[in-house]
Amino acid sequence: MIVGEQKPFEEIWDMVKGHKQITVLGCNTCVSVCHQGGSKEAEILASLLRMRATQEEVEIIIENDGIERQCEHPFFDKISDNLQGSESVLSLACGIGVQFIAGKYPSLPVYPALNTTFLGDVPAEGVFMEKCQACGDCVLGITGGICPVSRCCKRIFNGPCGGSTNGKCEISKDIDCAWQLVVDRLEALGKLDDYEKITPVKDWSKDRSGGPRTFKLEGF
Amino acid sequence: MEIKTASKLEKILKNGHMAVSSECGPPRSSDAQGIIEKGHLIKNHVDCINITDNQTSVTRLCSLASCIHLKNEGLEPVLQMVVRDRNRIALQSDILGAASFGINNMLCLSGDHQSFGDHPSAQNVFDLDSMQLIQTSRYMRDEGKFIGGDDIKKPPNMFIGAAANPFADPFKIRVPRLAKKIAAGAEFIQTQCVYNLDKFEKWMEGVVERGLHEKVFIMAGITPMRSVGMAKYMARAVPGMDVPKELIDRLSGVPKDKQAEEGITIAVEAIERLKQVTGVAGFHIMAIEWEEKVPEIVERSGLYPRPIVD
Repeated sequence: MIVGEQKPFEEIWDMVKGHKQITVLGCNTCVSVCHQGGSKEAEILASLLRMRATQEEVEIIIENDGIERQCEHPFFDKISDNLQGSESVLSLACGIGVQFIAGKYPSLPVYPALNTTFLGDVPAEGVFMEKCQACGDCVLGITGGICPVSRCCKRIFNGPCGGSTNGKCEISKDIDCAWQLVVDRLEALGKLDDYEKITPVKDWSKDRSGGPRTFKLEGF
Repeated sequence: MEIKTASKLEKILKNGHMAVSSECGPPRSSDAQGIIEKGHLIKNHVDCINITDNQTSVTRLCSLASCIHLKNEGLEPVLQMVVRDRNRIALQSDILGAASFGINNMLCLSGDHQSFGDHPSAQNVFDLDSMQLIQTSRYMRDEGKFIGGDDIKKPPNMFIGAAANPFADPFKIRVPRLAKKIAAGAEFIQTQCVYNLDKFEKWMEGVVERGLHEKVFIMAGITPMRSVGMAKYMARAVPGMDVPKELIDRLSGVPKDKQAEEGITIAVEAIERLKQVTGVAGFHIMAIEWEEKVPEIVERSGLYPRPIVD
């Protein structure tokens, strides 16, 4: 899922304080799982903004709402009228939701309340870890199910580098060395001999490097 | 053994001599005088001089330009290239540029992560990894093609090296990893600084067991300690470095003003011991900002005078 973290409150306040009305809009799928961008967080953020507006004696009407997903048209049906009547939107969705609103409502100012941080999982309650960078050409089949693109700080395909120490990455003792994990997995799978196969130069044109990617289903 | 390039290092190694290389770091300045002076300090005692490529991710005068400065002085540089800062277009371009100046050696490296350096907020590239850079440079030389497939009218003709760190983890893949670098095309290896001689010898046993020492020239990395403080710092803060406690204790046991001398002695003893190890083809002496001591280390280790090859 997509993981995000709320921006510092001051940054959010600076973006929205010039408006007379703002709708604070939660997104109840990915970013609600990490307790950063759902309707509940939208409600809390709206309260904080109202308090700040009162403190600063600034007149802003601050409303809050939420929908299931800010990245698909049907979910907007129930709030479209409200949004069209809004002067601005503070979206608690990931960057995709923010852009979807910008595309859907061309004259409506929209601001991001979150920094979209990564694609990750929830290995333990309250813990979120990056696991994928959507490189467009998955290599998990040859790396024992461990992604070197997202989990190795140098995204190397023939690792580990010389900085791997006691299973940790050279940049931080809090980061597992992805290639230690790959080697451990290959060993557990009885495939350690595969370690010596050289992974050839990657085609990054399927990654961000190739420009924005699209995917169209036939027959729709 | 067939000599493939104009590299002096290749000739020394293939003629069966124990090779000696050293390393100089370029200045953080546009004034190249420092690197030229460092080169002249050691030129008579080493076969070639590696020029580091923005080591520890600190921005410096570039490796390629520094190599050209040394080449212009009649010295034999080894172009270090890290894949951290340049994509395949820039890497291949620089290889052509280096070859056009008659630079005959290159060393393919990953590069320290940028978080260690002076621009921790920089983007990193890692379009290729070090293994793939070895493949790329060999492909350019041997097939006369860019990795994109186009022909190179006059291919670069360089002797291709790689690094190996026997002390990084997991240890069990450190010999297989060397085998992988050889399969990718590495012709010489310069290792991480060797302080834990027992562990290095254990790694070399694995190397010899697989006959890898007959497929690549392995030069053991030697870095003299200037003080016990440096030893402790290397043990604590440098990734992938194995500094045994006994070494730190030995340096602690001598007065502060004698520690540098003791560090040189330890380096000389290491070379003398490792010379006897099957598969060790030479030494890569990295006297960090202490280049003036390289001649003394080489002489005291019995590696002087250097052989003359044409």
